[in-house]
Amino acid sequence: MPEAGSTKVLDDQPVTLRRSSGLGAYLRSIGAIVWKDLVVELRSRELISAMLVFALLVILIFNFALELDIRTRETVTSGVLWVTFAFAGTLGLNRSMAVEKDRGCLDGLLLVPVDRSAIYFGKAIGNLVFMLIVEVIVIPLYSVLYNVNLFQPGLLAVILLGSIGYVAVGTLLSSMAVHTRTRDVLLPILLFPVVLPVLVPAVKASNGFLQGFEMAEIWPWLNLLIVYDVIFIAIAFMVFDYVVEE
Amino acid sequence: MIDVKGLVKTFGLKSVLRGLEFHADRGEFVALVGPNGAGKTTFLRILASLSRPSMGEVRVAGYRLPTQAAAVRIRLGVVSHQPLLYGDLTAEENLTFYARMYGVVDPEQRVRAVLGMVCLQAQRRDLVRKFSRGMQQRLAIGRAILHDPDILLFDEPHTGLDQEAAAMLDTLLRDVAARGRTIVMTSHNLDRAADLAQRIDILSKGVIAASVKRAEIDPLDLPKLYRSVTHA
Repeated sequence: MPEAGSTKVLDDQPVTLRRSSGLGAYLRSIGAIVWKDLVVELRSRELISAMLVFALLVILIFNFALELDIRTRETVTSGVLWVTFAFAGTLGLNRSMAVEKDRGCLDGLLLVPVDRSAIYFGKAIGNLVFMLIVEVIVIPLYSVLYNVNLFQPGLLAVILLGSIGYVAVGTLLSSMAVHTRTRDVLLPILLFPVVLPVLVPAVKASNGFLQGFEMAEIWPWLNLLIVYDVIFIAIAFMVFDYVVEE
Repeated sequence: MIDVKGLVKTFGLKSVLRGLEFHADRGEFVALVGPNGAGKTTFLRILASLSRPSMGEVRVAGYRLPTQAAAVRIRLGVVSHQPLLYGDLTAEENLTFYARMYGVVDPEQRVRAVLGMVCLQAQRRDLVRKFSRGMQQRLAIGRAILHDPDILLFDEPHTGLDQEAAAMLDTLLRDVAARGRTIVMTSHNLDRAADLAQRIDILSKGVIAASVKRAEIDPLDLPKLYRSVTHA
């Protein structure tokens, strides 16, 4: 440890800062948060491993519990799949915000002179990446276990849209729940009723693709999913500042 | 530099700050002391734009809070009793992340310079969770001064530090103050407050109950004043 008195805290060199307003600064801040979340997860591997183990256990339990024939499997697949993603996603959302809360890092982020919605988008993109990684691993395993082909472009698009909506609401609500002592319990209680408008069209549209329905039957659900994605992202963009401030 | 008039902060039915008045000039070092629950941290969080005032006027560097919070934040560095650092990032990665968030031009060079200033150059590649409390607090100061702010807020920065680390922190605080930065520091330690600050404000029951300049009071009289004000 250096001797007390040997430190020089502020040098005489001026520090040049970029303009804190503007799209460039906004996108840079989002990028920095995503980069930070990915590096932290790469080191700790807490978030993805927990989500993944949980997701695999859920699909295994359903596999043994339902013991279904091939036709029935196709009808329940979308439901089982979205239950798996929703439950595993909750674990990830909780952990992602807990990392910010543990050492007061959320305050560190809130002190930065950028629009606070940039923090929301940074966290949401990070959460989406983690959720997609888990889905990329779960989908082939599910296909093998349930003997159902999930590699359909339409279905994959629905999974992407559903995940975006889920993460958009989840990131906002987890930033609310993180301030409470019962955050682990509170998040699912808050999240599942609110995210229902995303989950229902996601399940219906997924089922449509798996059952081979006409696109005319699937489009209304897809449209609903897209509309709810946009609505939830817009709401989160508007209210995040108030949610995180005391 | 900091002007606060009639500041009220309530949490539900509980009033924490009750019409607080406060002023700090440019380059002044003010220590805020007071018992637990007096509202020190709440006051600092409002100055840092982390909490909204319920009533009253708060101006920092001429900008009004909370409406002009972004303009205030760029002029502000905050050191809390929590490090506000990521345990799974190295010292260098933590500072680089915050430098990018603050829009520092050439963040690598600035991070190197700051790590040198807080004497953590040798530990730059170590994960922060492996740091001692003293090292974390030095890095927290490094984070707070990355963007060279005019105003620094310290919320009980000595909490959990051993003697040597606390002395080191005192040196850092004196150095920051000597460079003309405005400092507001909360503390439970009257001796330390009297030793470092130019002015000591005693916060009790949500208001500044007494304000004394260090030059105008015998440090030995400070505990008596503190007791009389906080037990009144």
